[in-house]
Amino acid sequence: MKILEVKDLTVQTGDGSKVISGVSFSVEPGERLGLIGESGSGKSMTALAVMGLLPAELKASGSLLLGTGKDAPRQIIGAAEKDLNEIRGRVASIVFQEPLTALDPLMKIGRQLSEPLRRWKGLKADALHEAIISALTEVSINKPERIAASYPYEISGGERQRAAIAMALACEPSLLIADEPTTALDVTVQAEILTLLDAVVSKRGMSLLFISHDLAVVSRITDHVLVMKDGSVVESGSLADILRSPQHPYTRDLVASAKELDNALEIAKKSGGN
Amino acid sequence: MTTKKRHSLPLIVGCTLVGFIALMALVSIFWTPYSIQDMTGSRLGPLSSHHWLGTDKLGRDLLSRVMIGARIAIAVGFGSVLIGAILGVVLGLVAGFAQRWVDESFSAMFDILIAFPTLLLAMLIVAARGASLASAIIAIGIGMSAIVARLTRLLVKRVLAKDFITASRASGTSWARIIFIHILPNIWTTLIVTFALQFGFAGLTEASLSYLGLGAPPPNASWGSLLQEAQATVLTSPVAAIAPGVLLVCLVIGMNLVADGLRDVADPTLRRSQ
Repeated sequence: MKILEVKDLTVQTGDGSKVISGVSFSVEPGERLGLIGESGSGKSMTALAVMGLLPAELKASGSLLLGTGKDAPRQIIGAAEKDLNEIRGRVASIVFQEPLTALDPLMKIGRQLSEPLRRWKGLKADALHEAIISALTEVSINKPERIAASYPYEISGGERQRAAIAMALACEPSLLIADEPTTALDVTVQAEILTLLDAVVSKRGMSLLFISHDLAVVSRITDHVLVMKDGSVVESGSLADILRSPQHPYTRDLVASAKELDNALEIAKKSGGN
Repeated sequence: MTTKKRHSLPLIVGCTLVGFIALMALVSIFWTPYSIQDMTGSRLGPLSSHHWLGTDKLGRDLLSRVMIGARIAIAVGFGSVLIGAILGVVLGLVAGFAQRWVDESFSAMFDILIAFPTLLLAMLIVAARGASLASAIIAIGIGMSAIVARLTRLLVKRVLAKDFITASRASGTSWARIIFIHILPNIWTTLIVTFALQFGFAGLTEASLSYLGLGAPPPNASWGSLLQEAQATVLTSPVAAIAPGVLLVCLVIGMNLVADGLRDVADPTLRRSQ
């Protein structure tokens, strides 16, 4: 039983060059999978392909089955927009890297949040307002009433990303895709957002596909990873195995740079203790 | 908006100028000093307490005729902007959403229509429908729709590239709903400025058409036909030419200032920095 099964996914541009070639992986219900790679490695493209959101000039081939249980697995590649809209948000949803651009600048947070709630749950008036407030409370927003009545530019980056996460969670998806959700944030806020994602995903028993270029960030949230480079998966397995014996040169670089930071921290700790 | 109300000098001056003309137009619906067809004074009579702006070469009251002219100018402005806006926004949306050859052929069509002189277009329409106010409004509206469509297409493409459109689609929002809740609100402020500008130009174009006898036929007194009638006697009684001329300038400058002012007041990026 899998919620997402990707087989031999290939994405090509109009002139035939491959952005992603032959990527295969699967996510079980409740499983967390990290997708690591440098920018341009095709990890974000993979996320968009899963949601059926690839730009029209890109063509996907292979197989992409999304769904489980009462939402029987459906083929995403080649699906009609109308059918995709029934899945999006409800079976799988996505949190983007930059919350400022992922929210409509001219729409109050509460109003943006109300869209999916109204559509999927058919809520109206007071019930809708309550659902908005509880959705914002769930992502640990302190003054949900104030945030709901604010425009995206009026609130902080961390609050924006929390609001974006609340939107992604609104329709209770089985799979959450987080595409570098902390990259655009301050380090302290990053930690808070990671803790939040960790807690929400556990509480709801969701599957998580976590995309990042940062091994340290991924290691905080999942222990299974897929390493991508130039549009292909170069390595996959448990994080512990990969840290112990990285096979691909790119993975070795990743691990080495993470270790360098670790060593520096160790040295600093020792000298501080003396 | 919670930001404090800002006063824009161009907007105030522009509204005053256009408001004065609109007031004249409004009053003319219920009352004019004399009937525009009655020869109530001496030919080319001077300015007097009976005839504030004097009389024309047939002895008709000039103020009454100028007031009717204001009504025609305002009607042409509203009518043609309405046609241009509906046609232009719809075509622009189609082109903005379309891919490759559909988009390109629409764009080529807009460019051809923009390059095509409105006067020539008006002559074609007048030839088909006969000279009337409606013909003039249709011709000006169609000419305007190409300008609006090209701008709309550009704005739509720009908004479509934003992350919040992808985010909205990822939560299962249909394209139709995205147009109404995200795209139109985000392009509206730029379009309204163009509509204001085009309103003024529509008055000017109608005057050119009437001057050439392609506008509203006599006894309707468009500013263009007033200018044309006054042409032969401009040296002996200049007021007949000056009055409609000055009002036409007021309309165009007024709408330009309104457009400028609207841009200052409505631009969300300026509002945000307040």
